Amino acid sequence: MTVTRSTRDADARTLTVTAEFDAPPARVWNLWADPRLLERWWGPPTWPATFTEHDLRPGGRSRYVMHGPDGGTSPGWWRTVSVDPPHQFAFENGFAGPTGEPDPTMPVMMIRLAIEERAGSGTRMTVVIAFSSSADMEQVLTMGMEEGMSAAMGQMDMVL
Amino acid sequence: MVAGTRNEEREDRLFHALADATRRDIVTRTMRAEHSITDLARDYPMSFAAVQKHIAVLERAELVTKQRRGREQLVRGNIETVRRTHALLDAFEASWRDRLGRFAQVLAADTDGRTEPSDAPTEARST
Repeated sequence: MTVTRSTRDADARTLTVTAEFDAPPARVWNLWADPRLLERWWGPPTWPATFTEHDLRPGGRSRYVMHGPDGGTSPGWWRTVSVDPPHQFAFENGFAGPTGEPDPTMPVMMIRLAIEERAGSGTRMTVVIAFSSSADMEQVLTMGMEEGMSAAMGQMDMVL
Repeated sequence: MVAGTRNEEREDRLFHALADATRRDIVTRTMRAEHSITDLARDYPMSFAAVQKHIAVLERAELVTKQRRGREQLVRGNIETVRRTHALLDAFEASWRDRLGRFAQVLAADTDGRTEPSDAPTEARST
């Protein structure tokens, strides 16, 4: 399975995560393209996501809401920048207000996805998450402490 | 909205401070040993004032502390703050590793049960 490598680049403000799967690219692509599959993994178990809109054409919007354990919600959006199924997908990911509209005061992440067939069989998937400024990065990281990333928070308690 | 809290402003300063290679280098070096500003200034291809400015940014972010000894200003790295920064980045990285871990599980389930319709009810998710 899964994550074979992750690297952080402080200067470029990116995190790159690479994973390998024993499934063909088309099947890996489905997990991004099919909202019913997507919502089974996008949010953590304690903050599952529901996608109400999912348009993977260039310029297309996706909207989702993550529901927290104590009734809290965290709405978000995607905007497709470029797409070439089943190999390439680039989209912006941001936070939304209560009505689901993108919140312009909140940071936006650029996520670039590459899905390649491995020699032999299987698929390598590379996800690059980029922040446009260190201020944006800080904000997302600190917000992660307060919502949404409960699984990661367990690990953080251990570090602290 | 959580924006604007004191804690968040503190983190803002922190990551801004670490977004510069010279400043990261100063933090690394002053964690190993105290250095005077004069010493540090000698090692970077920039003016004393520029190095002083970098140190001021680091000090506001609580990544270093300054202490006067005689005529010297000594700079020391603050390990607690560096740890906290690492923890934030670790948490973000861990959240993506977790996410791709779930991705793999869904992929395996989807591959096993090809006959399962892709628009299965969402209640099947864990709560």
